Amino acid sequence: MREFLKPHRVFLILLAAAIVTWCAWSLQWDWLAKPKYQAMIVQGLWQTIWVLVVTMVVGMMLAIPIGFAQAAGPAWLAWPARVFCSIIRGTPLLLQIWMLYYGIGSLFPSIPWIRESALWPILRQAWPYAVVALSLSVAGYEGEVMRSAFKGVPHGQLEAAKSMGMPAFTMFRRIWLPQAIQRVLPTIGGETVLQLKSTPLISTITIMDIYDVAGRVRRDTLIVYEPLLLLAVAYMLITACIVLLFRWFESRVPNRTA
Amino acid sequence: MTCPPPAQIPALELLGFGDCGWGATLVWGLGNSIVIALGAYALGFVIGIGGAFGKLYGGPILKDLLATYTTLVRAVPELVLILILYYAFTGLLNQALLAWGFGRVVVSPILTGIAVLGVVQGAYQTEVIRGGILAVPAGQIEAARAMGMPPGLMARRITLPLMTVSALPGLANLWLNATKDTALLAVIGFTELTKATAQASASTKAFFVFYPAAMVLYMCISLTSTFLIHRIEKWARRGQREVRV
Repeated sequence: MREFLKPHRVFLILLAAAIVTWCAWSLQWDWLAKPKYQAMIVQGLWQTIWVLVVTMVVGMMLAIPIGFAQAAGPAWLAWPARVFCSIIRGTPLLLQIWMLYYGIGSLFPSIPWIRESALWPILRQAWPYAVVALSLSVAGYEGEVMRSAFKGVPHGQLEAAKSMGMPAFTMFRRIWLPQAIQRVLPTIGGETVLQLKSTPLISTITIMDIYDVAGRVRRDTLIVYEPLLLLAVAYMLITACIVLLFRWFESRVPNRTA
Repeated sequence: MTCPPPAQIPALELLGFGDCGWGATLVWGLGNSIVIALGAYALGFVIGIGGAFGKLYGGPILKDLLATYTTLVRAVPELVLILILYYAFTGLLNQALLAWGFGRVVVSPILTGIAVLGVVQGAYQTEVIRGGILAVPAGQIEAARAMGMPPGLMARRITLPLMTVSALPGLANLWLNATKDTALLAVIGFTELTKATAQASASTKAFFVFYPAAMVLYMCISLTSTFLIHRIEKWARRGQREVRV
């Protein structure tokens, strides 16, 4: 603590506190007191976090086979996986989201059996397209991460498992996958933050996440900066939570450090 | 010439440069995207070099300010930053102009885009270049100091050339990010490739012509970049011994 609070830093902290107080006093925050906007903000935060968690989980489940196919699969599996990864990583996420929502989303109504199916009420909404687009994006980026993680597991471990007569799938489940996951945990933490920062893109396809809420407040009240500042603070808080969560996760995983 | 309804135009003609084609719009958008990516990357590189040297060799206040800059920019989504900086940049500029007795100006969207994305790129490049400088063997810098080299000459002759190899992969990734981040400007209504694609496909309903075409264009940018980066990396590694894995 002593180390941290050097004289110049105390001065900078006081300066920052002064700026924050000035913002709180002289900017317009009265809209925050209205229950209508409070409900919208809670709803928006929930939507953002929900989409983040679901797409990370689904994306990781896709990324494991994609990474494994590239690391150890036969060529006819490795090539499609590689092409998928480079297309996802080579084109902007916004374009992918719009292509799914406006392109494929506009194709569905013209197919009769989809219109009549039980899934239609879900496919008419925007969130399935957002979830699919963001999950595919996670799968593309993490597939690449998982590929190097699978390759990085020491050969001796796999040879030992083989010489014990372990069936291939048990070896994958007990030896290969856990060690690969352990290696990528720090990377996944960083990637979750990156994923959080891509979630506002789904507001462009009419999903009311926290970014969209800020936009609505701005249009309603004609206040320019304040909702944006609140938005930045909200994202920073979520980022901090993710970082702390993954730090805790990493501390739970047994790891021998020299 | 009046065009037939878009559904009757063959795909290639829709993408072409004829009266009924949207080729010119797409190419214009692609040009905008590339210009903005190049400009933002260059601005980010200038900020990055300055920021990295400031973070490593600056005074305590400068170090703390730069740490705040890189942390804040990297914790907030680019889309939010673009909105904040977009309004702040044009708003502050106009306020300053009014205060000095000039009239308001409308800043060209390209310049705004470059400035905004450049500030974002700068934060990331600061970190990458800082890492690169840290990887330069300390003996090299000490030797340069011992020879009495002034800091500017030392940066130009010793630090920057030696850090290139270790900073290149990070900088290459950031270049690919820069090309993709230009798509975010579509949200504030700027006609780059993604927005041009959305416009073209919305007015013709030919979604499966324009979106794949735009994907191919973006892939061209990314594949060409990867190829060039490979060449540059090879050039930067000249004289280094190959490491066999």
